[in-house]
Amino acid sequence: MIPLLERLKQPGVIIADGAMGTILFRRGLKPGDCPEQMNLQSPEVLEEIARMYLGAGAEIIQTNTFGGSPLKLAQYALDGKTEEINTTALRAVRNVVQDRAYVSFSCGPSGKILEPYGDTSAEIVYDSFRRQMNAMLVEPMDMICIETMTDLAEAILAIEAAKSFSFSIPICATMTFDPTPKGFRTVMGTSVEEAAKGLTEAGADIIGSNCGNGIENMVKIAEEFSRHTSLPIIIQSNAGIPTLKEGNAIYPETPEFMAEKSKALAHCGVKIIGGCCGTTPEHIAAMKKILQ
Amino acid sequence: MNLLQQISDHLQQGKAKSVAELTRQAITDGLHPKNILDEGLIAGMSVVGEQFRKHELYLPDVLLAAKAMYAGLDLLKPLMIEANAKSHGKIVVGTVQGDLHDIGKNLVAIMLKGAGFEVIDLGNDVSAQKFISVAEQEKADVIGLSALLTTTMPTMKSVVELAKERNLYGKVKIIVGGAPLSSDYANEIGADAYCFDGMNAVETVKRFLDQIR
Repeated sequence: MIPLLERLKQPGVIIADGAMGTILFRRGLKPGDCPEQMNLQSPEVLEEIARMYLGAGAEIIQTNTFGGSPLKLAQYALDGKTEEINTTALRAVRNVVQDRAYVSFSCGPSGKILEPYGDTSAEIVYDSFRRQMNAMLVEPMDMICIETMTDLAEAILAIEAAKSFSFSIPICATMTFDPTPKGFRTVMGTSVEEAAKGLTEAGADIIGSNCGNGIENMVKIAEEFSRHTSLPIIIQSNAGIPTLKEGNAIYPETPEFMAEKSKALAHCGVKIIGGCCGTTPEHIAAMKKILQ
Repeated sequence: MNLLQQISDHLQQGKAKSVAELTRQAITDGLHPKNILDEGLIAGMSVVGEQFRKHELYLPDVLLAAKAMYAGLDLLKPLMIEANAKSHGKIVVGTVQGDLHDIGKNLVAIMLKGAGFEVIDLGNDVSAQKFISVAEQEKADVIGLSALLTTTMPTMKSVVELAKERNLYGKVKIIVGGAPLSSDYANEIGADAYCFDGMNAVETVKRFLDQIR
């Protein structure tokens, strides 16, 4: 397998995987439990999920480490298990994919609000990301995916933490935007243009957006990114805004619908297309089929 | 510009230090604490709330304004207690059990405090039992429930059920909010109202308290 940054230079769209939590719940994760505790309890489920997405045609498979920073794990009193949680997740995906797909190490927000708006210092957040990413020294990863960020400053701290380990590890950084009268903005007010500029300057190799409000909005966000960056763009949309039926979240966007819209993403020059909340291996397989 | 207007302006700009200084000045000048609160701090916060609602401001601006508000509030609180000033109403808020997402709830708490209500924030992962027992002890007027996860929404129903059991239902109003919620869901579980944002929560609580008083 050629290094990811080389692969990005080849023509065509690269398909990434879809949601993790949706399947974790089907395999016994209880509402309100820490999703990463599955790494300790049932690492075989992580292998099963990786196998499903590999089978669906994903070329990039993420680890179950979105909330694997000690700051986030501390909410569940699991920060003492940071190392084990992160390395186990990496090992599970690697066991399955070997060199048939790229292993992407997921890093989500710390859950804290940085000073001066909140009460957490940049140093604490940086150290927290570093402790999580330390896993790369134990288990090799092919890329780091810093995702669902709403505060550009926090995303930059995560990029800097990754750089402190390696100048060559490919870094993907995505933020989550909502439609507002002033265009797409994160909750913290960052525009797509500001995100593109800030993430690029910090040294990201791949930038874009994940989660969000459905794939149609993502097409607009991707268009905006394409105007403001020359880096490869990644889009991982959720399957729309869920409604609740008998306690279960139902996501409205079908595999066929998302696959059809993913053509528009490819048309704006998006290089990596995957899914977020509510997407399944069926969504990924449908996108793979239509984009090939 | 008068002092109260200045307090409001500086609060809107998120200047905690100068809000504290101006509030201290207003107290020294002999202005009534209630006026400083209503026409300075609350007036400023309501502008911030409106602008946030219209997306003219974003979360960081609101958080800074809230810090400025607390800087003023901390100085006024002892005086208000001394003067035995009646609060605008008491509200118990929290994110329901199983849910650790508290940014939305914090924002609602800021807006409610900014409207002059006394807010008891129970934090996140709060059990139905806790909501109800604190509401009873504190003689709260309203309970505010927040959830982000679709999986924790059913916990809201347990709070309503427990309120019925303890004979609080109808006496203490229950409002619910959070990204996955809706008016339909509030009706279904028997909550008194669904609030779509912090300002809407303020409006709703005001409406309920006007009915009582």
